[in-house]
Amino acid sequence: MGLERRLNLNLSRRTFLKAGAAAGGGLFIGFNLSEAAAQPNVTNGADLFAPNAFVRIDRAGQVTLVMPQVEMGQGTYTSISMLIAEELEVGLKQVALQAAPADDRDYRNPLLGLQGTGGSSSVRAMWDPLRRAGAAARLMLITAAAERWHVDPASCRAENAGVVHVPTGQRLSYGALVDLAARLPVPRNVPLKDPKDFRLIGTPAKRVDTPDKVNGKAQFGIDVKIPGMKIATVAACPALGGKLAGVDDSAALAIKGVSQVVRVDDAVAVIAEHMWAALQGLAVLDIDWDEGPNARVSSADILRQMEAASHKSGVVARKEGDLAKAMAGATTRLEAVYQAPFLAHAAMEPMNCTVHVRADGCDVWVGNQVVGRAQATAAEVTGLPRDKVIVYNHLLGGGFGRRLEVDGVTQAVKIAKQVDGPVKVVWTREQDIQHDAYRPYYYDRLVAGLDEQGLPIAWGDRITGSSIMARWYPPGFKYGLDPDAVEGAANPPYGFPNILVEYVRHEQPGMTTGWWRGVGSTHNIFMVESFIDELAAAARRDPVEYRRVLLGRAFDLEAGLDPAATAPWSGPPPDPARVRAVLDLAADEAGWGAALPERRGRGVAVQYAFGTYLAQVAEVSVSKDGEVQVHRVVCAVDCGMIVNPDTVKAQIEGGVIFGLTAALFGEITIRDGRVEQSNFNDYRVLRINEAPTVEVHLIKSSEAPGGIGEVGTVGAAPALTNAIFAATGIRIRRLPVKDQLRSS
Amino acid sequence: MVSLRINGQELDLDISRDMPLLWALRDLVGLSGTKFGCGVALCGACTVHLDGRAIRSCITPVAHAAGKNVTTIEAIGETPSGKKIQQAWLDLEVVQCGYCQSGQIMSAAALLASTSNPSDADIDAAMSGNICRCGTYQRIRAAIKSAAQTS
Repeated sequence: MGLERRLNLNLSRRTFLKAGAAAGGGLFIGFNLSEAAAQPNVTNGADLFAPNAFVRIDRAGQVTLVMPQVEMGQGTYTSISMLIAEELEVGLKQVALQAAPADDRDYRNPLLGLQGTGGSSSVRAMWDPLRRAGAAARLMLITAAAERWHVDPASCRAENAGVVHVPTGQRLSYGALVDLAARLPVPRNVPLKDPKDFRLIGTPAKRVDTPDKVNGKAQFGIDVKIPGMKIATVAACPALGGKLAGVDDSAALAIKGVSQVVRVDDAVAVIAEHMWAALQGLAVLDIDWDEGPNARVSSADILRQMEAASHKSGVVARKEGDLAKAMAGATTRLEAVYQAPFLAHAAMEPMNCTVHVRADGCDVWVGNQVVGRAQATAAEVTGLPRDKVIVYNHLLGGGFGRRLEVDGVTQAVKIAKQVDGPVKVVWTREQDIQHDAYRPYYYDRLVAGLDEQGLPIAWGDRITGSSIMARWYPPGFKYGLDPDAVEGAANPPYGFPNILVEYVRHEQPGMTTGWWRGVGSTHNIFMVESFIDELAAAARRDPVEYRRVLLGRAFDLEAGLDPAATAPWSGPPPDPARVRAVLDLAADEAGWGAALPERRGRGVAVQYAFGTYLAQVAEVSVSKDGEVQVHRVVCAVDCGMIVNPDTVKAQIEGGVIFGLTAALFGEITIRDGRVEQSNFNDYRVLRINEAPTVEVHLIKSSEAPGGIGEVGTVGAAPALTNAIFAATGIRIRRLPVKDQLRSS
Repeated sequence: MVSLRINGQELDLDISRDMPLLWALRDLVGLSGTKFGCGVALCGACTVHLDGRAIRSCITPVAHAAGKNVTTIEAIGETPSGKKIQQAWLDLEVVQCGYCQSGQIMSAAALLASTSNPSDADIDAAMSGNICRCGTYQRIRAAIKSAAQTS
């Protein structure tokens, strides 16, 4: 099992704490998960990193948390603050947040390998180190108070941002103690609070970012206003991988309010006083594109090439037993091709970035998930040293993985280099959809062999598609095996005595692919849970009961698994008992088995992804015209210890809607080398009148926390398509559902 | 010169009469609470009120707003229905990323001002023009109903 993955969650991981006097008075606590902690044999890793100030307490007692994780709606600003507030014995409202500056080393997320928010990893990454930092500070403040009072520290207690001497009731606020505390040695082996003593963690604390989001005050990247700022909008070459040949900008320059037209290698930007002038200028640009080698590509071409590639054997992610032999000896053989399309992200806030390039430095204002990379690209484009590039990160109007890219920053800096003063570059919705980093198209060949009882003795899954990892994080792409591309397929929670999972890499030149909510698990678990449903049907068994039987079989779930086949954010190996528990709860709450009218059905999907167990049961009806209506989705989740239960529910509610939208309508198609979709008219999303109710049932657990941001999305598609099968007998093997059920 | 009355304040702006109200608000008046999402009235992020009625400011020229009361998210809390909606949004923790929520709140406030006890069908009709990619729809629905119960 991968060393990286094993180390992710347990509390015994070594954390190096540093503390000292903050500039201007007060106490800071810093910590790093050094490289040394990842290899327990090395002991002096603490010297490799300077401490960064994660937590500061000033002489007024103000607690400031330098927040490395970004807020894109998943509630990190609150849940991460809760971790420090709990151990430090302060109220949530007393923690002020400061977005961390760019620093891929000091603010490195150990589950991603760089400074970043994604992979449903924030709570898992911060759970231990931030609590230890808070507990260490608490202990130092208690010790300082005890010294001041000349009493035994054991007779003191921290509460409400102060230290109390229990026998006498004397109290000193943290502010009065910080300077003394800063001179104390950092305690080792700091005891963390017992979960039974939690007063904040585990409660549905009100989110700290929402008040300003209901009154117009919250500032997203797109809202930045810098004195002297121009506003720009952009047209990038619509053909995949094409370039700018030339542009006649005379009409654009004549528009009142337009000051400049700027060219970069593959785009034209109109610089103006306000967005309206920029848009008007954009509309009258006469652009000549060098469309390049992909100008004739269509979706049909891409599919043909993927299908051809899928016949080759791939890099092995998992191999146990002898698939071919077991298939030959099986009583029943099934095979199917499953497909998942290219998807856009379409976050509500279109891509934007504000940049001011000067001779001596560069400022970047943006909402981004990888602030260190934003800094790096600005430094590269300007030629400035990294420490001369300051990135001011903001709230994100939706991430979903789109903002794990810095292409918009690169483009904005290239534009800003040619503009005097700051310039805000705002993409139109059309540009946002047509210049995305798309969730790849996946073409999967699945086979299964059943014994006389209808149970699988052989399972094969060959996955063909793009490797995001190869581009985004090459060290994670080892000898042709992309752990993300096989996640959810290489180690499902069901054991098989003979299993072969392979990956065939196939790229469409000119098309950038990227992380999309749920990443590998989203497409693979659609395939796995749909095909398991096919097996159940072939065995003439109820889908829930069939899964119970499979989960109860005692095969080694990791036998033959290549160590490079698991991603650092995947979590430890799955526990079938915990899968079984969420399956039973969801089925029970959904009323599984109760009679339904004609053309109405229930479908189930189980998953283990990002360290969290989830089962969902969708209930749908399908009209005679093939219109699908999703009535209700019932979810049961076991995500280990919960920081904020309301946030867990909200993320699953929202994640399911995100997944259903894509499963029902989501599809990016290519014609003449161009993305065909452009706005919400042809990239359809679920609206309130079409959205089902999502019920979320939480399992109480004392296991280590699992991730939550993406899990609702992962199982939504198979729950939907399995329900469609139950309602109509029609098996959907290719997403989106769209018009597939319409009678011809 | 275009004269506008925004959140009770009279403003004279040196802009062309065909400028969409959205850009006048964001880029000239400095009110960034109203958001840009699609530019073609498909997503509702740009919703403001003209004389109390919800409109999409991305396709409404400022000429159309002249002589009328424009209310944005920054001031909606001063109206009874706006205040109830905002409080219900906080009570039920409707918000995730928040980018669509100015538009959602403006549409919901207009609904509540005109329909004191909105049904599911009323909510569907009034709110289906507002997209939320974070999927907060069921909480939006519950919050509107909760606000309607508040006296």
